[in-house]
Amino acid sequence: MMSLLLRDLKLSVRAGGGALIGVLFFMTVVAVIPFGVGPDLNLLSRIGPAIVWIGALLAALLGLDRLFQTERDDGSLDLILMQEHPLVLTVLVKCVAHWVANSLPLVVASPLLGLFMNMSEVAIGAVAVTLLVGTPALTFIGAVGAAVAVSLPRGGLLVSILVLPLAIPVLIFGVSASYAAVEDPAPFMPPFLILLAITMFFAVLGPLGAALALRNASD
Amino acid sequence: MTQSLAITKFSDLANPTYFLNLSGRILPWLGCLTAVLFAAGLYLSFTTEGDYQQGETVRIMYVHVPAAWLSMMCYSVMALSAIGTLVWRHPLADVSHKAAAPLGAAFTLIALATGSLWGKPMWGTWWVWDARLTSVFVLFLMYLGLIALNRAMDDPSKAARVSAVLILVGFVNIPIIKFSVEWWNTLHQPASVVRLDGPTIDPEFLIPLLVMAFAFTFLFFTLHLMAMRNEIWRRRVTAQRRMAARMASREN
Amino acid sequence: MSHGFYIALSYAISALIVAVMLGRIWLDGRARQRELAELEASGIRRRSSAAGKGELA
Repeated sequence: MMSLLLRDLKLSVRAGGGALIGVLFFMTVVAVIPFGVGPDLNLLSRIGPAIVWIGALLAALLGLDRLFQTERDDGSLDLILMQEHPLVLTVLVKCVAHWVANSLPLVVASPLLGLFMNMSEVAIGAVAVTLLVGTPALTFIGAVGAAVAVSLPRGGLLVSILVLPLAIPVLIFGVSASYAAVEDPAPFMPPFLILLAITMFFAVLGPLGAALALRNASD
Repeated sequence: MTQSLAITKFSDLANPTYFLNLSGRILPWLGCLTAVLFAAGLYLSFTTEGDYQQGETVRIMYVHVPAAWLSMMCYSVMALSAIGTLVWRHPLADVSHKAAAPLGAAFTLIALATGSLWGKPMWGTWWVWDARLTSVFVLFLMYLGLIALNRAMDDPSKAARVSAVLILVGFVNIPIIKFSVEWWNTLHQPASVVRLDGPTIDPEFLIPLLVMAFAFTFLFFTLHLMAMRNEIWRRRVTAQRRMAARMASREN
Repeated sequence: MSHGFYIALSYAISALIVAVMLGRIWLDGRARQRELAELEASGIRRRSSAAGKGELA
């Protein structure tokens, strides 16, 4: 299991792995927004947390179709299906590796983008923390979509279409928690804890669904 | 494949030929019943009194509410079929949830369109990011995604099993989406919107609503059976064409 | 605009959607049956009248 984690990490960090592209996409999307809505700093600081969250959501979806695609291309997917370890665990490990390689950089990059958006320090911290807690859920939901689309030649776009509706709760609670940290009357903890609960729930449901889909898509 | 008790119980219905015969006999009756119910429902919905608060627009509700109800029932039917596909490998279950997805999308579209047409005179705007509207819209997107997935795959059996997984994951998610949209809504919603669900529904409106709900339900089952028959036929055609091609290549 | 307009429009849209749905399924069924009849006419039959299960899998 540990070796699988390390192998996946190495593969995605290496050139062509796409981990860097996700961060670049994230930064580009967020950087484009001010050109759309105008350089009004007050407005930007107000919508900043939402923009950063949406950018992270899109960037997290971007690399998802690669989750099982490379395994399928070189045939190691069949090996994974046949080995003795429970498939659910293998999928979970692959998700964790994918998250560390693709989503963790987004979390690290988010404070920088928060500065661009003229967000306050508290808001920047809140966005980073909620992203840290929320992005695993995106990876876990996305794993189901990736497993479903694994046998499709151009599954990338389809994965996003299938996964985005299911990711709405994560977005809602992530953004509300970020706003709750800045705006006084709303408490920060309830939405944050719900976000945590959603992540844990999907940590179970996602690998289960993905394993089921992989078994059914392979034969 | 080990024949479990459940399979032997369903085995009669699992035979598509038997299903085709049975549904062929039921369909005319079902269609007639649907037509009669629609005639009665439409008559009732245009002859009853208007609401003192909503005025004449309450008549839109006689279409809107049943359609919205069906959009959810259709997903439940699909989820049940998805279980049938994954657990029992029931060949008709594959056909069932594939045939139901476009129907669900159509009923959801009706619900959205009529809801929007009700909202324009009542709320003064075509669309409100109301909790219910938003979750129905998300449901619509999920239906479209499932249709897209089914169309993208060549092998019908694999497509059925893979989309069954997705249907079930979506089914588990629907309550979460609903809950989160409601939470989001209470954060953002100005309290001025007139809510549809008053404390009580007058029996004056309840009767046409119920008749229309039954009419829509039977319409769904009629169309669902028809679409399932089409799908079975389609698979037979492909199977026979493949067989013909194989025979032709053997002769050469 | 009067409420009657919205009511008429919403009923019309619903009728249209239902009609499109019904028409599509109806025509699809007709086309499939014609294809089956053509195959039948060209001498390709189902392996046996009892073998229904294998065809679907």
